[in-house]
Amino acid sequence: MTTATITQPDYNMKVVRQFTLTTILWGIIGMAVGVLIAAQLVWPALNFDTPWLTYSRLRPLHTNAVIFAFGTSALMATSFYVVQRTCQTRLFGGPLASIVFWGWQLVILSAVITLPLGYTTSKEYAELEWPIDLLITAVWVVYAIVFFGTMAIRKTSHIYVANWFFGAFILTVAVLHIVNSMAIPVSLGSMKSYSIYAGAVDAMVQWWYGHNAVGFLLTAGFLGMMYYFVPKQANRPVYSYRLSIVHFWALIAVYIWAGPHHLHYTALPDWAQSLGMVMSLILFAPSWGGMINGIMTLSGAWHKLRTDPILRFLVVSLSFYGMSTFEGPMMAIKTVNALSHYTDWTVGHVHSGALGWVAMVSIGAIYHLIPRLFGQQGMYSVALINLHFWMATIGTVLYIVAMWISGVMQGLMWRAVNADGTLTYTFVESLEKSYPFYTIRFFGGLVFLSGMLIMAYNTYKTITAEKGSIKPQELGE
Amino acid sequence: MSLFWTIWISVITLIVVIGCAILLRLTSRNDTGVPEGEPMPHTFDGIQEMNNPLPKWWVGLFWFTIVIAVIYSFAFPTFTANYNGLLNWTSSEQSVMNPEESAELAKTSQSQYQREMNAADDKFGAVFKELAYQPSGEYKDLTLIAKDPEAVKVGQRLYLQNCAQCHGSDARGSKGFPNLTDDDWLYGGEAETIKATIMHGRNGVMAAWKDVLGGDQGVTEVASYVLQLSGRRVNAIEAQAGEEKFVICAACHGADGKGNHALGAPNLTDKIWLYGGSRKAVEDTIANGRNGVMPAWAKVLGEDKVHLISAFVYSLSQEK
Repeated sequence: MTTATITQPDYNMKVVRQFTLTTILWGIIGMAVGVLIAAQLVWPALNFDTPWLTYSRLRPLHTNAVIFAFGTSALMATSFYVVQRTCQTRLFGGPLASIVFWGWQLVILSAVITLPLGYTTSKEYAELEWPIDLLITAVWVVYAIVFFGTMAIRKTSHIYVANWFFGAFILTVAVLHIVNSMAIPVSLGSMKSYSIYAGAVDAMVQWWYGHNAVGFLLTAGFLGMMYYFVPKQANRPVYSYRLSIVHFWALIAVYIWAGPHHLHYTALPDWAQSLGMVMSLILFAPSWGGMINGIMTLSGAWHKLRTDPILRFLVVSLSFYGMSTFEGPMMAIKTVNALSHYTDWTVGHVHSGALGWVAMVSIGAIYHLIPRLFGQQGMYSVALINLHFWMATIGTVLYIVAMWISGVMQGLMWRAVNADGTLTYTFVESLEKSYPFYTIRFFGGLVFLSGMLIMAYNTYKTITAEKGSIKPQELGE
Repeated sequence: MSLFWTIWISVITLIVVIGCAILLRLTSRNDTGVPEGEPMPHTFDGIQEMNNPLPKWWVGLFWFTIVIAVIYSFAFPTFTANYNGLLNWTSSEQSVMNPEESAELAKTSQSQYQREMNAADDKFGAVFKELAYQPSGEYKDLTLIAKDPEAVKVGQRLYLQNCAQCHGSDARGSKGFPNLTDDDWLYGGEAETIKATIMHGRNGVMAAWKDVLGGDQGVTEVASYVLQLSGRRVNAIEAQAGEEKFVICAACHGADGKGNHALGAPNLTDKIWLYGGSRKAVEDTIANGRNGVMPAWAKVLGEDKVHLISAFVYSLSQEK
C-alpha cells in the first residue's frame, strides 16, 4: 500500500497489448464462423459441397476459436494485466510471457488449419489432435510459471481475489487438459490418436473435462476478470470480502463434480448421475455469490450506468451470468434434463453464458483496457461503445430466446405420443418446425458479430490516434 | 464396485459438502476483526474490499440446496453402485449383457425403464390387440385389416417409427431398400408373405460373378443382355454373348429373367432396380455382388404390432 504510490513498477504491458488485440481479432473470426454455420442450418447449400466448409468441420472450429482463441486470449490479457497491477510487480520470467503469446497463437493457427481438414479426436471441446495437445500443454505450463511466479514475487501482503480465480482457472485447466487428452497415436508420423479410456469411462472423463472447461475457464477465469474490472470501472469497493471467500472455495470444490449431468439417462452408472445432479444443485448458490458480489459492488454508483456504456457491458454480463447459472442447475435436474437434453435449449443455455456472460464481460474489460494500454484517456467514441452494447444485448437475446422456444418445442414434439403409444412426430417434422427459430438465431448472431466489427473500428481509431489526444467522454443523456 | 471406491467417493463427497457447510457457517460470522460495513485493511491497485455480511436470503438458499442434496443422496443411489438408496431405485438393469438376459429380467425388474415399459404395454397393448384380433382370439385376416382405416393408420404410425429409417417415410425406399408401394416384390406380395418377411427378416445375397464370367468383358456382356431384358438399347453382339453366359444367372433369376420369389431374386425384365439401373450400377452388381439385409422384428416389436404393420404395408400396393 505504501510502495505502490511511491514508485510505479515497470509493468510488462506489451504482452497485454498483444493479447488484447488478438482477443478482438479471434473474436471476430470465431463468431463469423459461428454465423456461417448458423446460416448453414437454414440454408444448407452454404457449404458449397466443399468438405472443409461443411458444418461438421466448422462447428468444432467455431467452438475452439471462441473458447480458446477469443476467450482464452481475453483471459491471458486480463490475467497478465491484473496480476501485475494487484501484485505491484512486473511479470515474472522475462521473455516467458512472449513465449506464451506466440506459443498460443501457434496453437490457434494449428486449430484453424487442422479442424477444417478433418483432423479430430471427436471429443467435444478437445477435438485437437495429439501433437497440438502437447503444444498446448507446453504453452500452458509456461503460462502457469509466469502467472504464479508473478504472484510469488508480489509486493503486496495479500493475494487479491481476482488472482485466486485466475490461479484456480490456470491450475485446473492444466489438469483437465492433460487427463482428458491422454491418447495413443496410431504412429509417430500420424495425426490420428485414440483415447486411452473406453466406453462409459471415456464419456465420464470427457464430460468431467467438458463441464469444467465451462466451470474453470469460462466461469472461474472470467470471475477473476470481473473482480478487477467491475470495481475499477465503477470506482467502488468490492461488496463483500467474506462472500468472495465462501463463494470462491465452494465454487471450485463443487464445480469439479458436476460433469455427470451431461450424461443423464445414459450408460453412466446411476450413482454417478445422482452425484452429478446433487452437486450441480449445490453449485447454484456459490455461482450466484459471484454475481451478487459484482452487482452489489455498484451500490452507490448505479447512476454511472446512465453515462458509462462500459459499465453497462459489465453489469449486463453479470445478469446473464446469474441467469445461466440458475438455468444450469435447473437443467441438471434429471426430470428437466429428460426434456431439455439433445435439444436447442442446451445450445441456448451455452450461448446465454458464452455471449451474455463471457463475451460481454470480456468486451467491457477490453474497452477499459485499450485506452490505458495505448496512452489515451478514453476510447475514440463512447457513442460507438453504446451502439455496440445495444447490438450485443439484442443479438444475445434474439439468440437465446429463439433457442429456448425451439428447444422446448423439440423436447415436447419428441415425447408426444398418439393414443396407440406411437410417436406423434417424426424427427424431421421437429426439424421443419425449428427453421424459423434457426433464422432468428442466425440474425441474432449476425447482430452480435456486427457489434464486434464496430469494436474493431473503434479500437483502430483509438490506437492510431496521437497519444494522449483522446479525452475522457461521457454518454450524452 | 469395490469397498475402496465406495469409501473414496463417499469420503471426498462428504468432505466437499460438509466443507461447504462449515465454510458457510464461519463466513456467516464476522471474525475478520473489522466492523461490518467497513473496508478490509488492504488495497489492491486502488480496489478496496468491504466487510459486508453475506446476504441472508443467499445464505438460506445455500443451506436449502445442501439439505436437498443430502436428502436426495440418501433417497437415490449416490455414493456406490452397491446401494440403491432408501427408495431402492435403478434406472435400468445395468448389468444386462444381451437381449435374452434383458427379456428374463423384464419379468422381475423394478427399474424405472422396465416399469415405464410395462405401463406402456398395459396401456397401449390393448389398442393393438383390439385392432389385430377377432373376438374368437385369432388374428384378423390381413386383407381385412388393410381395409380398416383406423388399423391402417396405427400400422402406418408403427411403420414411421420403426421402418421409415430405411424404407422412407413415403415407403418408396431408396438404393438397397425396396420400394413398398409398387407391385414389384422380391419375396412375394401376398399379405402373409409380407408378414413373414417382417417377422423373420430376409437375407438377400447376390454373389460376385466377375471371376466366373471371365473378368470385365464377361461382366459387360451379361450387363448388356440384362439391360436388353428391360427393353434398353444395347450393343447386340455384346448382348448375344451375354445371353450365353446368362445360363448361370438363370439358376436364380429364371431363364426368362423374371426372378424368383422363393429365392428373393429380382425380376430383371421390369424397369425397377434395387441398386440402380445405370450400366455402371448393373455392372457393379454383377461383378461384385450385393448383400441386402432385412432385420427380423418378431422379438423387437412382438407379433401384434408386426401384424398391423404388415396390413399397412400390404395396403400400400392395393390402393389403385
